[in-house]
Amino acid sequence: MKPLVALPDLNPPPDPVTEQLTQAFTSQEERLARIEPGWLVALRKAGIARFADVGLPTLRDEDWRFTNLAPLQEHRFQPTLGRPTPDLPAEALDGLALGDLPGDRLVFVDGHHSPALSHIASHGPGVVVEPFSLAMARNADAIRITLGQHADLTKSPFVALNQACFSDGAFVRIPRGHRLDQPVHLLFVSTGRDPGIAIHPRNLLLLERDAGATIVEHYLSLADAPTLTNAVTEIVAGENARMEHIRLQDESKTSFHFGFVRLQQAANSNVAAHCISLGARLFRHEYDPSLDGPGAECVLNGLYLAKGRQLADHHMVVDHAQPNCASHEYFNGILADQSRGVFHGRILIRPGAQKTDAKQTNKNLLLSNEARANSKPQLEIYADDVKCTHGATVGQLDPEAVFYLRARGIPEETARRMLVHSFAGEITHRIQHNGLREALDEIVWDWLESLEAVQIGRRDGSGTHSVAHPH
Amino acid sequence: MSDPILDIRDLRAGVEGRDILQGISLTIQPGEVHAIMGPNGSGKSTLASVLAGRDGYEVRGGSVNFLGQDLLELAPEERARDGLFLAFQYPVEIPGVNSTYFLKAALNEQRKHRGLTPVDAMEFLTLVRDKIKLLELNEDLLKRPVNAGFSGGEKKRNEIFQMAVLEPRLAVLDETDSGLDIDALRVVANGVNRLKSADNAQLVITHYQRLLDYIVPDFVHVLMNGRIVRSGGKELALELEERGYDWIARETQAATQS
Ligand SMILES: Nc1ncnc2c1ncn2[C@@H]1O[C@H](COP(=O)(O)OP(=O)(O)OP(=O)(O)O)[C@@H](O)[C@H]1O
Ligand SMILES: [Mg+2]
Repeated sequence: MKPLVALPDLNPPPDPVTEQLTQAFTSQEERLARIEPGWLVALRKAGIARFADVGLPTLRDEDWRFTNLAPLQEHRFQPTLGRPTPDLPAEALDGLALGDLPGDRLVFVDGHHSPALSHIASHGPGVVVEPFSLAMARNADAIRITLGQHADLTKSPFVALNQACFSDGAFVRIPRGHRLDQPVHLLFVSTGRDPGIAIHPRNLLLLERDAGATIVEHYLSLADAPTLTNAVTEIVAGENARMEHIRLQDESKTSFHFGFVRLQQAANSNVAAHCISLGARLFRHEYDPSLDGPGAECVLNGLYLAKGRQLADHHMVVDHAQPNCASHEYFNGILADQSRGVFHGRILIRPGAQKTDAKQTNKNLLLSNEARANSKPQLEIYADDVKCTHGATVGQLDPEAVFYLRARGIPEETARRMLVHSFAGEITHRIQHNGLREALDEIVWDWLESLEAVQIGRRDGSGTHSVAHPH
Repeated sequence: MSDPILDIRDLRAGVEGRDILQGISLTIQPGEVHAIMGPNGSGKSTLASVLAGRDGYEVRGGSVNFLGQDLLELAPEERARDGLFLAFQYPVEIPGVNSTYFLKAALNEQRKHRGLTPVDAMEFLTLVRDKIKLLELNEDLLKRPVNAGFSGGEKKRNEIFQMAVLEPRLAVLDETDSGLDIDALRVVANGVNRLKSADNAQLVITHYQRLLDYIVPDFVHVLMNGRIVRSGGKELALELEERGYDWIARETQAATQS
């Protein structure tokens, strides 16, 4: 019998991007089954099944309300999985930011490990700093039992897509009690030679009990081309482990970037995760921290710089499951021109997570009347003995502060820049590693200096903004 | 007589839709200390703001000559570099801008303007060390962001400390005494007095005779409804302390009616 009225289509056809990426993966399934272990193929298949099922988020998804992914449809993205490793001469990286960092460097070019550009010191027994492509042979068991166990593919379609399509990435394991004294630099270069490629880096960073390390994930483009990067990092910090994790995203202004960092923290572990983002036409960065043992602490510390028509989206749910943990999120955005900042941070305090100390702030500095910020900090508390604060601000440079500086003889433009720098400095000063802090400060400084005159709102106008308060 | 430091003639100014200063004339010679007193809302801070060049204040008439040039033509930073200093009634907190960095930048802007070489970090420290002691401030303040988390009294002392470093030709102190306890008041006044010389001048805005016991003015002016309604010597301040402002208001009214 035919229904009398048209029923809404309960399974709308997938969007073209989902369809395209799913097909691209499926066409490789057979080849993968021949060359990869069964458990890995199964992991990939689970990823693509989930991705095909949910598809790309739309503005109707509460978690994606302000980030329109329609521009992805302008391109036919092809995963780099199975493509040959591109050649990149060493000179291509001359003058690279963070180029003179001491310590290991693992370089991935368009998603594939480049042994020629990488250098790894010999480490003590048990320390592993390797690309998956090599680690798979030597550490198959460790990888099999951890990979994909921490980043939950139901949390974002991009995690599911990454699980299916990842080509390579870093596997780092620091054994019990060992502290790496030099930072590890993971560099993901997008060459832009093939517009429309979709690069899926995947990292697994394991710190055993009492271990320590500083690890930098650095995303960079060599040319202006519409590429897609969709990176997933799983970090597991054992009891009393300490990690400083830095994520620097400086891709081209025509690229799309998605990043997801899962943080699994055991008792008394301490993770400081910094993310500095200045690239991409559209990017979304998610943190998914879980404080799973008493006394764990995490600091998420982010700075996003956007100009032109860039969109910078940050999303995080901090999950407090155990007592006496602390989490602090500090995110500052500097938004120029017609750029847009989106921030959604939720602190979830489960029953039993007593004596939690949680704090979250998101501050947006609008440098033009057309820049916009949407900020939504939220608290969800199911324990009674906790200390939680959160807040969000959206505003322009404080004219009173500008006047104060000018009244002491500092030129107006310098005064404005000083205030903008200091706003950025509130975030970068938390980076503990001196060399990295200085290098990142310099990158931020260059970006700020590249801005045209810094406008401040006068009485005749102010940027539009919204700050939603929790319900 | 030497050229005045400041010469205000029939200054009229206000904010959008509102006249506040209704014709002020005031001449300040080198070496002089002038006090301005007057009830709340009479226009004292407005005068200070117009002199310093704060945005939003419109000059509607009159002139202000500062060291031989048209002050009103200059941007706030140019006025400062030429030697005008405003100690704010409400100093602004600037989290993130380090105090040393800020004050060194301010000093070097002024030095550059005067054709002097910039001071480096070491020279700057030597230079400020004595001045910070003069104001009995803790040297740690220099490592903190400008005014951020300073107590009310620290903020006011910090203003005078900045004045000591910048050595202005004309200092306008807007209620620098408010919010100070009696010891801090003495410290601040002592600082201001030490900075006094034969070729600079001070314009002290206050509500209280108390401050003028320490910073002894050569002239006292009473500002009411945007006009200077009476000027006199330091004894005028004592009279105001005793009798309030009503009697002046009445006398002024009687004078304008007759
Ligand atoms: N930016 C402004 N916008 C609107 N009104 C203003 C502004 N600045 C000053 N005024 C008004 O002008 C009048 C004079 O203010 P002003 O701050 O100069 O007074 P004051 O003499 O310094 O007072 P107080 O002793 O309370 O510090 C007041 O009525 C005040 O409300
Ligand atoms: Mg006032």
